[in-house]
Amino acid sequence: MVMRKLELPLSQTQKVRFERAIERLQSLSSTANSDTSVIVTGSIPVNHEESFLKGHGTSEVDGELLATVCGVVERVDKLVYVRTLRARYKAETGDIVVGRVSEVAQKLWRVELNCTQDGVLKLSSMTTTDDVQRRRTSADELNMRNIFVEDDVVCAEVRTIQRDGTLELHARSHKYGKLEKGLLLKVDPYLVRKSNHHFHYIESLGIDLIIGRNGFIWVGEHVQVRDPMMVDDQKSDTYDADREQIHTSLETRQSICRMGNAIRVLANLGFTVTLEVIMETANLSNSKNIDIHDMLGSEFHVVVAESEAERRRAKRQK
Amino acid sequence: MEYVNPEGLRLDGRRFSEMRQIVAEIGVVSKADGSALFEMGNTKVIAAVYGPREIQNKSQQKIDRALVLCEYSMAHFSTGDRRRQKNDRRSTELSLVIRQTMEACILTELMPHSQIDIFLQVLQADGGTRSACINAATLALADAGIPMRDLAVSCSAGYLNSTPLLDLNYVEDSAGGADVTVGILPKLDKVTLLQMDAKLPMETFETVFALASEGCKAIAERIREVLLENTKQLEYRRGAA
Repeated sequence: MVMRKLELPLSQTQKVRFERAIERLQSLSSTANSDTSVIVTGSIPVNHEESFLKGHGTSEVDGELLATVCGVVERVDKLVYVRTLRARYKAETGDIVVGRVSEVAQKLWRVELNCTQDGVLKLSSMTTTDDVQRRRTSADELNMRNIFVEDDVVCAEVRTIQRDGTLELHARSHKYGKLEKGLLLKVDPYLVRKSNHHFHYIESLGIDLIIGRNGFIWVGEHVQVRDPMMVDDQKSDTYDADREQIHTSLETRQSICRMGNAIRVLANLGFTVTLEVIMETANLSNSKNIDIHDMLGSEFHVVVAESEAERRRAKRQK
Repeated sequence: MEYVNPEGLRLDGRRFSEMRQIVAEIGVVSKADGSALFEMGNTKVIAAVYGPREIQNKSQQKIDRALVLCEYSMAHFSTGDRRRQKNDRRSTELSLVIRQTMEACILTELMPHSQIDIFLQVLQADGGTRSACINAATLALADAGIPMRDLAVSCSAGYLNSTPLLDLNYVEDSAGGADVTVGILPKLDKVTLLQMDAKLPMETFETVFALASEGCKAIAERIREVLLENTKQLEYRRGAA
């Protein structure tokens, strides 16, 4: 059998346990939905007597509907489309994304989002420091680097997607903006599900978790009130100095790493990444007394695969 | 030299229309958007695909479609004697050929303002690297979720000792006979690549070409199996909501 290999050394028993867990996952999912996986040029069965609309990832050749990507066939009323698995992020308006600033340009920042193009965050779609609605002056433009510089991690919302695929972002709320003191993790976008909540505050650990729809996940120290952006140079200096003094406690830093590694393990195994599963994985490592640096080892991967199989089985029985 | 013995067996024990063993594996380069390993006998190629991503050289940007870039390179240890040059003429030509073949099957117009990079690294060369590279690139592109018209597959065939031979290895390739590399789109039944580096009479060419096309179809079948298995695996691991 060909399968995505885990790039980990597994002992014989671990291998057997892992394969058994994967088999159980397979049997659980095959009963849930009938086989709808297609590959490039795989024909999609459609009822030609009824009308249908061809969506993304399909093309019609000689009256036959063919897939142009590998994925799963989805049907919504008359619309037939192929949901891709391992592909880059496809933006939708209103998605909450996490990205990294790649360029500071005139009146805008370019943000890397694991998309086909970099996202654009205009200066005018940022809230000003003083929370006043006003035109951005050239002074604001010169002070752009006080807000974000290259390689900063930012959180924003997708505003519009232009016809040519240009992605416009906005950060018109205090919950968006620069992210500091934490970890940025990159997972495949298909592992992130759309939900009503992408911002999570884990009170017991004092951690913020932002699951970006583009597969970028932020784990960081909880920020009580998003500080307003400083535009004034002088103020910004004192502000930086203030921040320097507040150290993140060792405990918080460890929890951040534990959460981060939990996400990495889930992404390696190709399991959906949701708050619930991440928490469960982190707690599992705690209860089994697995050190943070051992979480990426073979044993924990196998344990997570087993517990995931168990979890899904329990869920189905309910 | 005798390349086909009286029993009809070739130097490595294959029959004239027999292919070497194929090994195909998806997901070998973890940081790439899509990657694949493709082996045909002793020929071994790794393909990595990055993109579609933000264009790096703005002047090359295409307004209406994606830019496809391809880099073919042979590892220094891939042949018997150590290879010294990196960017020789052969590599440049092959990069171009593979780029054109892949560009023909990618639906580039769906991804304007972006670029797709295909990197091909030959780990072991034993004839037919061109074909192996195209097959590996197809797998990697499909893994990266890039929309394609069809899977481009390729296979070579030759003509030695008045016998058409499928999938030449290095010894047969360097024997001086004709080497026909064919790339096809199996579903659309179209030819995207056809190269021959010697002369052949028309009738002979037809048979050799037909043999190579048959080989392509067999490879396409194998590639489909691998992709379907991979897709199913990803989907059930992800799990239903």
